[in-house]
Amino acid sequence: MGNEHLSKQFDADLETLRSAVLQMGGLVESQIRGAIEAFSSGNQDLIDQVISSELRVNGFEVNIDNECSHIIVKRQPAASDLRLIMAISKTVTDLERIGDEAEKIARMSKQIHEHGRIQVQSFGNIRHAADIALSMLWQALDAFARLDTVAAAGIIREDLAIDSEFRSILRQLITFMMEDPRTISTALEIVWVAKAVERIGDHAKNIAEYVIYIVKGTDVRHTTFEHIEREALGEGIGQA
Amino acid sequence: MNAAVLQAVQETAVQKIRVRALNFHYGRFLALKNIHLEIEERKVTAIIGPSGCGKSTLLRTFNRIYALYPGQVAEGEILIDGENILAPAQDLNRLRAKVGMVFQKPTPFPMSIHDNIAFGVNLYERLPAREMEERVEWALRKAALWDEVKDKLKQSGTSLSGGQQQRLCIARGLAVRPEVLLLDEPASALDPISTARIEELVHELKSEYTIVIVTHNMQQAARVSDYTAYMYLGELVEFGVTDELFIKPKRKETEDYITGRFG
Repeated sequence: MGNEHLSKQFDADLETLRSAVLQMGGLVESQIRGAIEAFSSGNQDLIDQVISSELRVNGFEVNIDNECSHIIVKRQPAASDLRLIMAISKTVTDLERIGDEAEKIARMSKQIHEHGRIQVQSFGNIRHAADIALSMLWQALDAFARLDTVAAAGIIREDLAIDSEFRSILRQLITFMMEDPRTISTALEIVWVAKAVERIGDHAKNIAEYVIYIVKGTDVRHTTFEHIEREALGEGIGQA
Repeated sequence: MNAAVLQAVQETAVQKIRVRALNFHYGRFLALKNIHLEIEERKVTAIIGPSGCGKSTLLRTFNRIYALYPGQVAEGEILIDGENILAPAQDLNRLRAKVGMVFQKPTPFPMSIHDNIAFGVNLYERLPAREMEERVEWALRKAALWDEVKDKLKQSGTSLSGGQQQRLCIARGLAVRPEVLLLDEPASALDPISTARIEELVHELKSEYTIVIVTHNMQQAARVSDYTAYMYLGELVEFGVTDELFIKPKRKETEDYITGRFG
């Protein structure tokens, strides 16, 4: 961070790694967008597209992790470099899992539209939750690119909104199922979609937490939001 | 370990060496500027920093070996077990028996392996032959060299490999039963396997000795030490728990140095 390494090659390697993460993130974003669109429309081409991009996402994960191992072996990174490499390796795991969730949504969408007993268009709040999840992911990648801890803390707050959205969707679906048992199988599939959206939010939140780890050196996983906010806004390394 | 925890640990731990307001002059050149540092008993403390930062100079004040050279002057206080070793009344022989030193280049004396060890002991105490044999074996065992040399104690110390010579020097230092061991780049002239042996030895010795090691090799400092001090231009920039300093340094200067951004 900040000034350059004595080794230009090290700087170049880190830059390549960072942009690969952002590329992978972009691919995953478009996967979610496609999955949500497929959930609304049942468009078969879109469903196939989302499912097939999974292979590329997996490829990114393997390559980036491999590159992280190379850098560790060659450079024995310390301090912020070490934290960056650790965080990147974790970030790509989360991105890959987001890709899995998108694929899950696409597969469920196919079944939901084949059964067609519930008008999925009426589930505007799934779309709403999905929009929040997508924007969280976008912001998390942006915070990663700019190493912006204030933005990262904001993302972690937004995850609370998705969680509450998920609970409200669940209540709504339970009402449907109680009123008309014929809707149960489709409603359960929709629960899976809602759950997938909620998980996407969780993964975006994880990525935001890694950004705080890179910049501040503090592991904020499994801590309270107040603690995270304090860390994110507090003094960083080199300012003590 | 965060700063508050470090402070608590340091308050309860026994500090073997306390450096207070230490300045050091090579003639008119001020090589150490107002150093304050506490070195914990039976722990390994590493001193890192670029060439010329004063890390070896600091190490050399702990047994006053600099006093061999005219024009080199230390001011301030260095308390070892509460006793100011910079005081003019300090008995240097006693100090150097208590604070042993090993240098970058192995310096075996041109005599047998046995005599290399016995030579140092003879300077401080008169032992009957049997006890001397025991002491030599004890020191060579401590330095993890016994098994390799037990059948050739009469051979010259200079016939050993570089790594063995360095362990012989450590054995020579241990033979006078010091409490503190100063290691000035002890592995920088050695191959990776000999280096690993020395590092392993440091790890074993720390249960009984207070060890201060100066090294250019940051990974080595990260591997062997409990505490690390980073020095630059004669000043102590940062001191802390080794893991903490290498993962989350407090000062930007430290961060730049350990990540290779030092220009």
